[in-house]
Amino acid sequence: MRHFRMMAAAVAVSALAAVGSAGTASAKTQIQWWHAMGGALGERVADIAKGFNESQSEYEVVPTNKGNYTENMTAGIAAFRAGKQPHILQVFEVGTATMMAAKGAIKPVYQLMEETGEPFNPDAYLTTVTGYYMTNDGKLLSMPFNSSTPVLYYNKEAFTKAGLDPTAPPKTWPELAAAAKKTQAAGYPCGFTTAWQSWVQIENFSAWHNIPIGTKANGFGGLDTELTINSPAHVKHIQQLADWQKDKTFVYGGRRGDSQALFTNGECAMYMQSSAGLAGITKTAKFEFGAGMLPYWPDIGKAPQNTIIGGATLWVFDGHPAEDYKGVAKFFSYLASPEVQAEWHQGTGYLPITRAAYDLTKKQGFYDKNPDAETALKQMTLNEPTENSRGLRFGNYVQIRDVINEELEAIWGGSKTAQEGLDAAVARGNDLIRKFEKESQ
Amino acid sequence: MEKRVVFRNPVLPYLLLAPQLIVTLVFFIWPAFQALKQSVLLEDPFGLRSRFVWLENFEYLFANAQYLDSLSITAVFSVSVAALALSVALYLAVQADRVVKAAAVYKTLLIWPYAVAPAVAGILWLLMFNPTLGILAYALRSLGYDWNHQVNGDQAMVLVVVAAAWKQISYNFLFFLAGMQAIPRSLIEAAAIDGAGPARRFWTIVFPLLTPTTFFLLVINIVYAFFDTFGIIHAVTQGGPAGATNILVYKVFNDGFIGLDLGGSAAQSVILMAIVIGLTVIQFRFIERKVHY
Repeated sequence: MRHFRMMAAAVAVSALAAVGSAGTASAKTQIQWWHAMGGALGERVADIAKGFNESQSEYEVVPTNKGNYTENMTAGIAAFRAGKQPHILQVFEVGTATMMAAKGAIKPVYQLMEETGEPFNPDAYLTTVTGYYMTNDGKLLSMPFNSSTPVLYYNKEAFTKAGLDPTAPPKTWPELAAAAKKTQAAGYPCGFTTAWQSWVQIENFSAWHNIPIGTKANGFGGLDTELTINSPAHVKHIQQLADWQKDKTFVYGGRRGDSQALFTNGECAMYMQSSAGLAGITKTAKFEFGAGMLPYWPDIGKAPQNTIIGGATLWVFDGHPAEDYKGVAKFFSYLASPEVQAEWHQGTGYLPITRAAYDLTKKQGFYDKNPDAETALKQMTLNEPTENSRGLRFGNYVQIRDVINEELEAIWGGSKTAQEGLDAAVARGNDLIRKFEKESQ
Repeated sequence: MEKRVVFRNPVLPYLLLAPQLIVTLVFFIWPAFQALKQSVLLEDPFGLRSRFVWLENFEYLFANAQYLDSLSITAVFSVSVAALALSVALYLAVQADRVVKAAAVYKTLLIWPYAVAPAVAGILWLLMFNPTLGILAYALRSLGYDWNHQVNGDQAMVLVVVAAAWKQISYNFLFFLAGMQAIPRSLIEAAAIDGAGPARRFWTIVFPLLTPTTFFLLVINIVYAFFDTFGIIHAVTQGGPAGATNILVYKVFNDGFIGLDLGGSAAQSVILMAIVIGLTVIQFRFIERKVHY
C-alpha cells in the first residue's frame, strides 16, 4: 500500500511534467497512450503513433512505455486514483474482468464510437479476437491491439536427424511423444518444453478440446462462476506431462517465456510458445525450425476446436473532455485499417484483428514466403468458437494464473499429483473469484 | 548540577527539527496510517467502491494456507540468511584481522559485494545457477546432482538464502572487523602469555567482547532479510516454485501490485509491521540483557 501511494504520487508528478511540456509544444490535442511494449515492439508502437500523427493535424498521440503488462496496468490504475489517467491504457487479456468491473472509470469502445459518431463495423473484425472482449450481447469493450495464440515450434534439423519428416510436425500428443523419443535418440536431451504453462497447457488445452475452463461459459455468463480445470480430461493431461518428465520427454523450463532458451539452444526439439514469439526465436535459434498447430488428444472432447488468444487490448479511460475522445476514436479507426494491421502483423507475429488485414497480407504474398506465420491464424479460426473456446472471463484472474502456476510447479516438482494440484488450484481459484464477486457488488 | 543549553526562541528548535519530522511523517507515519486504514476496507482496484469490513481481511489471511506457509517460509528464510551472513562474516573478519601482509587489499575486496544492488546480485546468482545456462548448475550436473531450482523448492530456497546472505556478508564483515580492532591488544596478549591458543582466545575474549556488535548486526540482518531481500526474490524466483520462496514482503507486493488486492495486501503489511516491531522489542528487551557492553 505504501508503494501504491508513492507510485500514485510519482505518476501525478510525471503527468504534471507532461502537461507542462505540452503547453509549449503545439496547439494539437494530445492523446496519452500508456503501453507495455518494450524493445523492438516499442519502436513499432512509436511508428504507429507517428503514422497517425502525420495522417492528420488535429490530434497527437503520445505513446509512453510504463513497463511490463502488470506494471502498466498498475500505473494506469494508480493514475486514475490520482485523477491523472491517460486516455488509452494497454491491458493484458487476463485483466479484462477487472477493467470491465470498473464501471465509471472506463469508456467502452462501442460507446466511444457511438458518442463520437465514428463509423465502426464490428463484423469486420475476427470473431476469435474480438469475442474475448465483448459483452454477452456482442458489444465491444476494448480495442484489440496485440493478440497471439500458442503454436508448436519444432526444430527441423532435429527432425531430419531423427528420421522424421521435417515438414510434418506431430498433430496429436501420442505422435508428439513418439517424435520426442526419436529426437531424444538422435541426441537431443529433451523432447519438448512449454512457455506460459497456464495459458498453453490449461486454458488453450481446454479450448482446443472444447471442454470448459469454468462454469457459466468460462465466466462470460456472470461473476458467480467456478473453475472446472480439475476435470478428468485436465487431470489426465497434466499427469501425463508430469510423468513424461521422468525420461525428459517433457522438461519444465520456468514461467512465462523463461523456457525459450531450452528450445533455442537445441536442448528441446519442440516448444509450445506464443505465435508472437516467432521474431525472438528467429533471432536466437541457430537452426531451421517450423511452426505447427498445438497437439491434441484424439480421445478427449471434440478436438481440434480452435485455440484462444492472449495478448492485450486498448482500454479507454473516462473523465477526459469530449473533444479528446474524437481523437481517440479516429486513432482506433486508423489502428484498425488494413494497411496498419497488415504491417503490424507481418512485423511482429501478432495476429491481424480484421479479416481485411488478413486478406491483404495473403494478397501481398507474405504467407507464401512465411508459411509459419499463418499457422496461428489457421489454428485460431479452425472452427467457429464455442462457449468453451471463446475465451475466459474470471475476476482476479491475474492472481488465479499465479495460483495455477504454483500448483503446476508443485505437480512438476512431484510434491502433488495432478489430481491434488488441480483440485487445489480450483479451490484457491474459486476463492479468489468469490472475493472478486464480493468486491464488485 | 547539570548544565543545559537552552534555546531562547521557543520556535527555533521545532524549526530545526522540522525537516526530519516532515520526512518521517510523509514517508513513514502517513503511509503506515494509510496501510492501517486500507487493511479494514474491501475496495476495488480503482477505488470506485469501498466498504468497511472490520477485520475480514485479516480473518481471510489467517484462514489461508498459503499465507501461513509464507509465514513459516519467512521464518526459515530470515533465520538462515542472518545465521549464514553473520557466521561467514565473523569467520572472514577473524581471518582478515590476523593477516599481516596486504590486509587492505583483502578488506577492500571483501567489502565489494555490498556495493552491488540486490536485483543485480539476484541476477548474478540466477545466471550462475540457471538450470539451462548456468555454469554452476552445469558443474553440479557433471557431479551427478540434478540442479533445477525452477522445480525444486528446497534448491530455490538455498539459492535465495545464499544470494541474500552473500550481499550482507560485507556489511557484517566491516562491523565485526571494526569491533575486533577495538578490543585492547593487551587483553589478547595477556591471554596468549597465559598459554591460551587462538581458538580459546577467540571464544573467551574476542567473542564475548563482540556481543554488542553481534547484537546490533542481528537486528539489522533480520530486518534486512525481512524487507531488503525483495529485489533478490523478485529477480531470482519471484516467490516460486509453488510458493517455496514466497516471503511475506514479496507476497505483499504480489497480492497488491500483481493481484490488485489492496485490502488483503494492506492487511499483510500491517501484520509485517507488527512482526518487525515485535521482533525488535524482543531483541532489545531480552537478548540485550545478555550483552556485555
